[in-house]
Amino acid sequence: MRNLALITAILLSVIAAGPAFAVQPDEVLADPVLESRARTLSAELRCMVCQNQSIDDSDADLAKDLRVLVRERLIAGDTDEQVLDFIVSRYGEFVLLKPRLSARNALLWGAPVVLLIGGALLAVFTVRARRRGAERLSDEEQARIAKILDGERG
Amino acid sequence: MIVEAGHFALVLAFALALVQSVVPLAGARIGEMRLMAVGGPVALAGFALVGIAFAALTATYIQSDFSVANVWENSHSLKPMLYKVTGTWGNHEGSMLLWVLILTFFGALVAAFGRNLPATLRANVLAVQGWIGAAFLMFILTTSNPFARLDPAPFEGRDLNPILQDIGLAIHPPLLYLGYVGFSVCFSFAVAALIDGRVDAAWARWVRPWTLAAWMFLTGGIAMGSYWAYYELGWGGFWFWDPVENASFMPWLAGTALLHSAIVMEKRSALKIWTVLLAILTFSLSLLGTFLVRSGVLTSVHAFATDPTRGVFILAILVVFIGGSLSLFAWRAGSLTAGGIFHPISREGALVLNNLFLTTATATVLVGTLYPLVLEAVTGDKISVGAPFFNLTFGPLMLPLLVLIPFGPLLAWKRGDVYAAAQRLMAAFGGALLAMLVTWLVVDRVTVFAALGVGLAAWMVLGALTDLAQKSALGTAPLGVSMRRLAGLPRSVFGTALAHMGVGLTTLGIAATLAFQSEHITVMKPGDVADIDGRSLRFEGVAPVRGPNYTETRAQFVFAKDGRTLGEISSAKRLYTARQMPTTEAGILTLGLSQLYVSLGDATSNGGMVVRVWWKPLVTLIWLGGLVMMIGAAVSLTDRRLRVGAPSRKARTAVAAASQ
Repeated sequence: MRNLALITAILLSVIAAGPAFAVQPDEVLADPVLESRARTLSAELRCMVCQNQSIDDSDADLAKDLRVLVRERLIAGDTDEQVLDFIVSRYGEFVLLKPRLSARNALLWGAPVVLLIGGALLAVFTVRARRRGAERLSDEEQARIAKILDGERG
Repeated sequence: MIVEAGHFALVLAFALALVQSVVPLAGARIGEMRLMAVGGPVALAGFALVGIAFAALTATYIQSDFSVANVWENSHSLKPMLYKVTGTWGNHEGSMLLWVLILTFFGALVAAFGRNLPATLRANVLAVQGWIGAAFLMFILTTSNPFARLDPAPFEGRDLNPILQDIGLAIHPPLLYLGYVGFSVCFSFAVAALIDGRVDAAWARWVRPWTLAAWMFLTGGIAMGSYWAYYELGWGGFWFWDPVENASFMPWLAGTALLHSAIVMEKRSALKIWTVLLAILTFSLSLLGTFLVRSGVLTSVHAFATDPTRGVFILAILVVFIGGSLSLFAWRAGSLTAGGIFHPISREGALVLNNLFLTTATATVLVGTLYPLVLEAVTGDKISVGAPFFNLTFGPLMLPLLVLIPFGPLLAWKRGDVYAAAQRLMAAFGGALLAMLVTWLVVDRVTVFAALGVGLAAWMVLGALTDLAQKSALGTAPLGVSMRRLAGLPRSVFGTALAHMGVGLTTLGIAATLAFQSEHITVMKPGDVADIDGRSLRFEGVAPVRGPNYTETRAQFVFAKDGRTLGEISSAKRLYTARQMPTTEAGILTLGLSQLYVSLGDATSNGGMVVRVWWKPLVTLIWLGGLVMMIGAAVSLTDRRLRVGAPSRKARTAVAAASQ
């Protein structure tokens, strides 16, 4: 899986995937509540110079800077939303691993819901129509029955 | 010489693939048996030729013949023998050759074991296999020739990427490709049926073993890849929702749906058109995966645009095969007769629900994977779609499916009784509630998620056991009788129960790891002891070690509880000399089903070392569950019904007797 990602990356000589050390001991906040909020936020932020890694997983310098920045904002009293807003205002929406709900991303977020409901309706109608179709006799069958009944009467 | 022979064999294989694409098909059109009979021998010969080419490439890797560009780029004379062999497919050209080798292998299997297929169906299936083979052989020969020579030959190779120098490379790609490419047989059967304009329950019976086999290999390939990433990349994650992972996960999801809809088609000859479509879609997703991984489009749309030869070629293959088969479907699906009818609450209805959730989940992963690419190509905007998105969308789609799994096998065909099924599941439900309660009271009172996850897993495992107990009348008939009945159940019933149990075990592993794992990030000096949830991890010290093609700093740890040693762990930081590339070799200690995971970080200025330690309870179940699913598929494959292939009357009565 991931290693295939690496094969691809290697073939394209884009990255040399090194070991990942991620969060360093000196970054960890003393307050466990703040630290756990920082970890949750970090998992939602992309390491901009890596291939599909969050800053929580990455050992890149830029990821470290962002991790420190997230913690600084939290200590300054920002809410989770404010921290994300601050980082998006600096780095753009590309930094969010979970894109925001907006007109541009409507298809992305809407697809699962629309497909599930659409698929369910389609299945229900198909099964119903098939059952009804099977319960009713075809014209040919009707004609044959009429003939048989006529024969009995006659 | 070997190299040129290999290249020549590949060219011959391409020529044969063209013959295989045309002659049997023409024979089937005009009803000429002799032309149709060409397909089999040509498919076998094609497999032999690609086999020769593959063996030739492997031989050049073993000899470290650096006059071959591919070997020079990806091998080194000091590399251990295992990695010289596996390095054959640890690169683009070699892995495409493996892809085609497996494709022709499946073609040869159809030729060898498809003797009881109707002649036209067999001819058409082999022809479609021929088209795929021809397309990919042409791709290799024109854009990705593994046999290209270098002159003058370099003295030493550039070595294989260290991350790939692992036993995982020996197992993961072959298994994954056996699964990926195995679905090509289902695709060929679907297209052949559309060409013929005829599809019936017998068709489903022939398709099912291929689906089952491909699904089994893909399950193994994905599980193995996940474990490989887990221990190799050094931060203990098991699934990253990486586009490349998604590329293999989508055919798995669609293949799982196909596996289930083919049952309905075989038993009740309903869902025919849908099953044919699903067979086409599943292999289309395999092709899409190949395109995503091999074209470089994932790294960036721009990287793709700068060197588009390979990408455009695979894209063309993709468009021709997916577009062609879907057009054929649109044109011919109307001529397929619709099959048996059923009440919404029935085994068929349950399997339709399974298909609804699985295909929606597949589509969600597909949209999430492609959305950033399409958006960037269309508007130029860059967005990221990562793990948080998939967890939030894929998770809720899987949840109802997992809850409903135990009901499916307990519902009757045509018209089921959901209350009766619920009654039979009372014991399983009670067990699941108990598991939830125990988890909440004993283990963790804070996270409700943990209790729910454990309960769900218990529900699935107990539900699968309930199915076996019901079918053998355990508890209602005398023990001896129900034991005999249990032994007499068709193997496919055990297969189903095992596979569903496997899903439950994987769920348990994931839930336990996410909810209960603990992480410790500290700086340790030799002699230091870290407290890991009431147990102690002592850092013994570091020592330099020299391997065949690397040097490493290896740290020794002892894990103990109350002075009693539980095990020793060594974790290392390695430097591969040829590429000057560092890797981490995580230390993993397995205790029961749980693991202690130790990964080394940088040395600090005061002589200590950054050490990351994770305690991951029940983590091995994530992959053991996959193994149980594979065993389920294997058991199901040995079912008499599939072993005898097309059913003779005698076999049919035997099965009927066994299931009564």
